[in-house]
Amino acid sequence: MSKGRYGIHGGQYISETLMNELIALEESYEHYKNDPDFQAELNQLLNEYAGRPSLLYYAEKMTKDLGGAKIYLKREDLNHTGSHKINNVLGQALLAKKRGKTRLIAETGAGQHGVATATAAALLGMECEIFMGKEDTDRQALNVYRMELLGAKVHPVTSGTQTLKDAVNETMREWTNRVNDTHYCLGSVMGPHPFPMIVRDFQSVISREARAQILEAEGKLPAAVAACVGGGSNAMGMFYNFIPDEGVELIGCEAAGKGVDTARTAATIATGTLGIFHGMKSYFCQDEYGQIAPVYSISAGLDYPGIGPEHAYLHDTGRAKYVPVTDDEAVDAFEYLARTEGIICAIESAHAVAHVMKIAKDYKPDQSIIICLSGRGDKDVAAIARYRGVEIHD
Amino acid sequence: MNTTDSGAKNKVITNLVDNVFRTPNGKAFIGFLTAGDPDADSTVKFILEMERAGADLIEIGIPFSDPTAEGVVIQDANIRSLGNGMTTDGVFEIVRRIREVSRIPLAFMTYSNPVFHYGYDRFFAKCEELEVGAIIIPDLPYEEKAEVEEPAAAHNVHLISMIAPTSETRIQAIASESHGFIYVVSSMGVTGVRSEIKTDLAAIVESIRKVTDTPCAIGFGISTPEQAGKMAAVSDGAIVGSAIVRIIEKYGADAAPELYRYVKSMKEAVSAV
Repeated sequence: MSKGRYGIHGGQYISETLMNELIALEESYEHYKNDPDFQAELNQLLNEYAGRPSLLYYAEKMTKDLGGAKIYLKREDLNHTGSHKINNVLGQALLAKKRGKTRLIAETGAGQHGVATATAAALLGMECEIFMGKEDTDRQALNVYRMELLGAKVHPVTSGTQTLKDAVNETMREWTNRVNDTHYCLGSVMGPHPFPMIVRDFQSVISREARAQILEAEGKLPAAVAACVGGGSNAMGMFYNFIPDEGVELIGCEAAGKGVDTARTAATIATGTLGIFHGMKSYFCQDEYGQIAPVYSISAGLDYPGIGPEHAYLHDTGRAKYVPVTDDEAVDAFEYLARTEGIICAIESAHAVAHVMKIAKDYKPDQSIIICLSGRGDKDVAAIARYRGVEIHD
Repeated sequence: MNTTDSGAKNKVITNLVDNVFRTPNGKAFIGFLTAGDPDADSTVKFILEMERAGADLIEIGIPFSDPTAEGVVIQDANIRSLGNGMTTDGVFEIVRRIREVSRIPLAFMTYSNPVFHYGYDRFFAKCEELEVGAIIIPDLPYEEKAEVEEPAAAHNVHLISMIAPTSETRIQAIASESHGFIYVVSSMGVTGVRSEIKTDLAAIVESIRKVTDTPCAIGFGISTPEQAGKMAAVSDGAIVGSAIVRIIEKYGADAAPELYRYVKSMKEAVSAV
């Protein structure tokens, strides 16, 4: 069995052209991971530039309203660039720079990862090109301009379903074309090894902080942690340091779109089957011949037909549980959190909020649940207005 | 008969693909098309026409929704084919019709997922039955090949090894375990016509020949007879995909005469080396 396996999942199903680069990437990552200077430099960027540690906020009004568990929000939305994506991007960009790369390329769905990558490229003086599905450039036009302001070139991807999956295809093609000076700054815990490991490690800062913060606040571990899952990077970051804590439930909230019994869904664990795609063996939404399914979610960031291999493994072993959340439920939660706590979160994160709204009352008041609020919702305001039939003129 | 359990890995595979390079000058012309583009009847007709024009091996692309190693021309062919309802079973049916009239060496080219999802054993049993002698899977590198190579070998099918301009230190390991033929990728990037191929392919082929006598064919970017001749001169053959698919894209179901003319000119260039 090859490297980077999580049970039967993972691996390196990628073209021969990229293999030596992946091997070199893994070797340098293993080196810098243990290099105190690299870690110090990264921590300085995370703390002084990105604004870490992020807050663990006790949502008191929400707790009282829902009844049951105390609800805490891990405020990744307060990071610079507005989401958890910056944690991974600063790590990878710094690593790429140390490796002598001068150019970053990345895929983006909602635009959060693209904005974070463009930001890191600007900061570290690197070239940056972002690939984004044409449909996503339309529904997230503001983020496209944001990336351009940061000096990045944005390529609208017109192949396939014109969403996140196709953006990944196109970024992989570009990397095959020009690998020598270019690092593919992959945005989630997916793709070929070593990406699922590297991205998880850089995102694990979320649960490292949250675990210490909840012990400080409550004197004990939470009953559960919940996070939304597309490829699964904020969820993996939120879960990772709680995996050994067997009493802590790990809950991943997938985008069910119009519902898991419809074709308009992106819930991979609920509706997918085992496959090999985008460099990894994992679960994918696909048809009876292994053609990747066109998936759908209101959330561009969760609109992906697969899930990272470590999540597939956590599902297989039962350590984590994955639940579907529909567009309707996510939009309700988006509005609820805004009204109740004065926080406009990303529509992605609202999937996790929606699920916790359903289950909070099943827990006792001396138990706590942490929701990873992976991003802020400014980017979604126009889409939510459209969803509610409200016309907004910019 | 060998009574020890040597496993599929050491099994000697012999099939029609071994005949491909047994030409007067030892050089082969290999043509690619996407099955079902624009429809199954045309694919059958095109393959037989390319055989008549002198192609030594036809690579049949099983369409995939997300062909990450392909440039725009073959991506579009995949979309047209799937849009017209082509399936893996439909491709096997195309091959069955060809086998009624021809024993031309055939190989499949597709991605890991359609084969994995069909079931490796079931897939390669059909290949064996229809005498499809080889498979090329661009998203299956050396490190991951065991899971496919064993069931393929058990059904007498070559899993073709690919070597790229970036392979360098990997060439020895890949070449030493190769069989059937080696697919040498001419350039960085995805499939598609290129005006110029800059990689030092002679040096790559030389490194390969130090470790194996498996024939090497060069693909990616080749479209003109001149390029095909150059590639065949430094290796054992030229593989052409996008230029053929472009003819099919332009002429649709009426592409046969143009395909015949094109393949004949390419085969002549390769034979003249």
